Parts: sequence; C-alpha cells; structure tokens
Amino acid sequence: MTGGITSPGAGWRQADQGPAVQQRTGRKRRHRGRGRHRGEVPMVEDVEFTSYYGRQIVKTPVWKSPDVPLYLFLGGAAGSSAILGALADLTDRPTLTRVSRLTAGAGSLASVVFLIHDLGRPERFLHMLRVIKPTSPLSIGSYILAPFSAAAGATAAVELLGWFPRLKRFGGAVAAAFGGPLATYTGVLLANTAVPSWHAPHTQLPYVFGGSAMAAGGGITMAFTPVEEAGPARKMAITGAVVELAAMHKVETDHGILSEPYHEGRPGALMRAAQVCTAAGATLTAVAGRRRWGAVASGTLLAAGSLLTRFGVFEAGIASTKDPKYVVVPQKERLAARQQEHADTTTR
Amino acid sequence: MTISSASPAFTGRDPENRLFGPLPDVTAEAGYEEEHPKRVGFFTDTSVCIGCKACEVACKEWNTLPMDDSHGVRDALGLSGMSYDNTGQLGANSWRHVAFIEQSRAVDLPMPTFGRPGDDRAGSGPSPAVAGDDVSLADAQQSVLNAEALSEYDPQTGQSGADKQIRWLMSSDVCKHCTHAGCLDVCPTGALFRTEYGTVVVQGDICNGCGYCVAACPYGVIDQRKDDGRVFKCTMCYDRLTDGLQPACATACPTQSIQFGDLDELQERADARLATLKAQGVETARLYGRDENDGVGGDGAFFLLLDEPEVYGLPPDPIVTTRDLPAMWKAAGKAAAMMIGVAVTAVLGSRRR
Repeated sequence: MTGGITSPGAGWRQADQGPAVQQRTGRKRRHRGRGRHRGEVPMVEDVEFTSYYGRQIVKTPVWKSPDVPLYLFLGGAAGSSAILGALADLTDRPTLTRVSRLTAGAGSLASVVFLIHDLGRPERFLHMLRVIKPTSPLSIGSYILAPFSAAAGATAAVELLGWFPRLKRFGGAVAAAFGGPLATYTGVLLANTAVPSWHAPHTQLPYVFGGSAMAAGGGITMAFTPVEEAGPARKMAITGAVVELAAMHKVETDHGILSEPYHEGRPGALMRAAQVCTAAGATLTAVAGRRRWGAVASGTLLAAGSLLTRFGVFEAGIASTKDPKYVVVPQKERLAARQQEHADTTTR
Repeated sequence: MTISSASPAFTGRDPENRLFGPLPDVTAEAGYEEEHPKRVGFFTDTSVCIGCKACEVACKEWNTLPMDDSHGVRDALGLSGMSYDNTGQLGANSWRHVAFIEQSRAVDLPMPTFGRPGDDRAGSGPSPAVAGDDVSLADAQQSVLNAEALSEYDPQTGQSGADKQIRWLMSSDVCKHCTHAGCLDVCPTGALFRTEYGTVVVQGDICNGCGYCVAACPYGVIDQRKDDGRVFKCTMCYDRLTDGLQPACATACPTQSIQFGDLDELQERADARLATLKAQGVETARLYGRDENDGVGGDGAFFLLLDEPEVYGLPPDPIVTTRDLPAMWKAAGKAAAMMIGVAVTAVLGSRRR
C-alpha cells in the first residue's frame, strides 16, 4: 500500500513528496453558484457551497410547459366557477348560472386534455384510476378531476342543449362539491415533491392556487355576465385576488434562499407581471366592474394574472432544481441546526 | 392478501401512522406474509472504489440499458468535459453512476529557508538577510525552480504543485431503495411497488409516464426515458434476486466496493469498516444513508464516504416529501373550505337583480 485512500492521509498526495502524512484538512475547493443577474435585488447573501461539478442534485420535473401550468389554471378557474354556478342557481341568477356552468364545463374538459397530453404514455391515462393512494396527490387529484369533469361537462352539455333541468341542478351541485378540492389540490401536487422551491411553501401554495382560482373564475364569469347579475362574480374575484396576492407574498418572502427563484430571471418576471395584472384587475373590478367595458377589462386582467401566477410558480420550481445551491444550502443549515439542538439536549 | 403500493402509514398496519422515521420491517408493512425474505441492500464502500466502472457496464449489459451521454441524451457519445466521469448522473439509462472527484487543497508549508536542500534543520544555517551568500541564494532559487518544474502549475487554483496536494475520490452511486421512498409514495398508478426483498421497483407495463416520481425523489435518481415515455431506475436486479443471484454490479465489482447482502448484516459490516478507518486516522470517513432516523428512514443502499455528501452529488439531508403531506392536505382542505365560504358570502352579499 503506497498511501491509498485508507492511509492516514486519506488519499491526499503531493506531487513531489508522495502521500501526505497527518495533514490537517485544508480548504475545500468550492464550486460557486452562478453570479447574480444585473439589476436584481439580492434576497439573501451569496453563499459558498460544494457540489459535484456544479451539477444539479434533484431531477428537473419532466412535466411539460405549457401543459401543466395550463392544467393548473383551467382546473382552478373551472373549480371556482362550478361553485359560483351552483350558488347562483340556488339564488335564481339564470345568466350567471349558465355562464358559470359553461366555464366550468369547458375548463374541466380542457384541463383533462392537457393533463392526459402531459403523460409519457397518454393511452394509459386510465391507469390513474387503477389504485387510490392518499400519499399521492395525483391519485387523489384523479379521483377529484374525474367526477368533477364528468359532472361539470355533463351539466354544461345539458345547459347548451336545454334538456333535463333538474339533472342540471344535480350535476352542478356535484361539480361544486369537487370544485374547491380541484382548485386547491394542485398546490399539494406541486408541493409534495423534492423540488426545493415548491416544497418549502407547502402550506401556502394551496391558498395561492385557491385564491388564484377564485380570481380567474370570478373574472371570466363576470366578463360574460350582464353587470347587474354579476355581483357575486365580482366579489369572489376581488376576494380571490387579495388572497392570491397575500399568499403569494408569503411564498416570495418566507423561505430565505428558496424564495429566491420567485424573484429571479424568467419566473421572477412572470411573478411580477402576475402581480401587476391581478392587482390592476382587482382594483378595476372595484372601480369600474359595474360597467360593461370595465367588467370585460378587469375580468381579462384577473384571468391573465391567475395564468401568469401558475406559470411563474411552475417555472420558479423548475429553476430551483437546476442549481444545486437550493438543495445543498438549506439542507446543510437544517443539519447544522439539528446538530446544535442535539448538542444542547445532551449537555443539559 | 393484497400487496400494497401505498405507504405503510395508510395500510392500517402501522398504528403510529408513520410517513417517515424508522421502520423495522418495511417488507411486512407493505403487506407481505411473515415468512418473506429478509430486506436486502447495497453497502457501497467508496474507500476501496477504484473507479473502474465495471458496475456501470455490468448494469447496462444485464438490464440492456440504452446508451446516453452525461446529460441523458440518447444514443450520443459525448464527453462531459469535467472529469473522467462521462456518465454524469443517475437516470433512466444509467442505474449505476461512478462519480469521479479530483480535489486539490493548499498545504501550509513552512516559510522557505534559503539554504542548500537538507540544510533547513531548525536553528541551523544563517538567515538569508545576514548571510549575503550569493552561492547559497542561487542554489535556493534553483531548487525552487526545480520544484516548480517537477510539478505542474495549476492555472485553476493558481498554485504550483509544491504547495498543493491532490486526491481522487470515486464512488458508485445507485438508487437508494429508501425505507420511505418518495417515488413509491407519490406514484398514482401503483406502477412502483415494494418487492418481497424490501426493494422498490417500477412495473413497466403499468407506468403511464406521469413523471410524479421524478419530481419526488430527493436524490434525483429516477427519470423518464424521453422516447419511451415511462420511467426507469435500478431494480437491484429483481430478476436475478428471484433466481438466487447477486445484482450484476455487485457481482462485477473487483474490489468489493459494492457489497450486496442482507441489510442488517451489511449495516454491521459498515459500522465495523467505519471504526477501522477511524482507527487508522481517516477522520472524514462517514456512513451515508445508514441512519434509520434520517429523513427517509434509512436507505436500502447506503455508502461509506470520505467527504461531505454534496461533494459526491448527494443531498446532505434528504427528507421524504410525504413527511409533510398531512400538513399539505390540511392546508388544501382549509383553502377549499375558504373558497366555498368566499363564494357563499359573495352570493349572499350581493343584491338580487
């Protein structure tokens, strides 16, 4: 043995001296993360960390864009519209009911198409209903989406055809029951992953998506409903926008280095655009929502804000997988904190 | 008895409803009968790995895995350009990956004393300031030049070999076959399942390529084969195990860096090996994935490393994402209730037309 890895030098060798003997461990070579882009305000200090040649640790999700962000958006808009439609039906608002049902039906069918298109083997989409697993948000989501899209789709179809008025009310109620879970489970879908910037805000994302869904659903329905009947849609849209902005603010500020991807690069630009659209849409709804042009403009802004939020959140997560910093740094901090805690308890 | 692909926490056989933490008999928790085989695993001792990549080749051969480059591009011959490692990562087509790390570190040398080589005994020889001996100064300069010529100057670190040490670390990475496997927890089709050996395997005829497992693995192991659509990862040679053979990689390893066997036996062996290394003064040696109290309940394939995990491209403190799932479902439930509440308030709070 000439000083292999198991020798006291642990494999360290020096060019002209052979194996090292009892050297103290020196500075490690660090692979620094990429530099910050110009004009961006640093959320946290640049940190030193080690990685394997700067390679990413967790895999980047293979979920496709725009399939998945569109699925999130359409599912949310459909879910909140279904709730609104059922309630409008009960309180005798025929046009709002009709518009909400059509939105829910169209949104749910389109979201199913996008979800299936995203599969690696689309022809096997029925395998989703092979088992039911509470540990898999996608499994639970399939059992939410399947009855929702069946009920909302059928309700929208009979609404168009004008058949079976009683069945319509029942279908609308079923869709409304699954509408809320459909809009918020997608937050769990993204959060229950090893993607650092999705997992960190795991209790906040459902609120972001729930609020975003109400903003989108309220916005779309109010744009297509006469203003005198669209009061509930306006109120839901404004509340949804406020919830979305508030929850998203927490996602963007609560998580230290893991909030960073929500501010930088393309996802950062998407998030900023989303905020502008949502805030402007909510304000315009309050100011001019009772006029036709105002309802159309603010509804469009709110829907756009919701859509941009989904794209921004999706892409921020994708970005957080591509830099090993977002895996290594928080985990090292977690380890250090745990060791500190351990030291504290053992020296009691 | 049905063999469940769900987490033990939801099968009703786990009274503590655990989504993470130690699980003494993961195979029984998954629904197998009492007399199931013992849990098997890999102990990869990187201190004896020579980086020959026989494991990678044996794995590719046995499992007929397609060729790809270090970025997962199919049927491409490419050099990574970073080290002798052109496999780059674990993925759908690489179920063993030999990491190759070249490290250098600065050495705190004593200040050079000017004098003939061998004259630098402590206290002996005059100091250069007072000596003024041109001959010895020239000799000293000559010796420094020689030392530089002997060793390569490293433009990356700006150090010459005289004040720098290098070492090579090699480690064969593989799927960890976690006690609490994120991929298994989130698979919506039941394509991923726990075998009677306690390993985690994908059923190719069930997988519909939803890709959830890819995002859920805290180690970045499992991946989708783009042209196929489905996901693939190490099976610990399930087909060989059922025939009483060892996995291909462990069979091919010439230095017993990859050891296969019953997990409890491997853990004992690893503990003994770590103690030996520590006794020999290898202070940085550590076991990775051995601790049953870690975030994934311990790994079925664990490692002896000589540096921090992230140096090898491993996450320092992986936690199965499903640990936080109850909190997430709770938040989603509350958010859904909030939506109903907002909608009801909006409808009731608006004047009928």
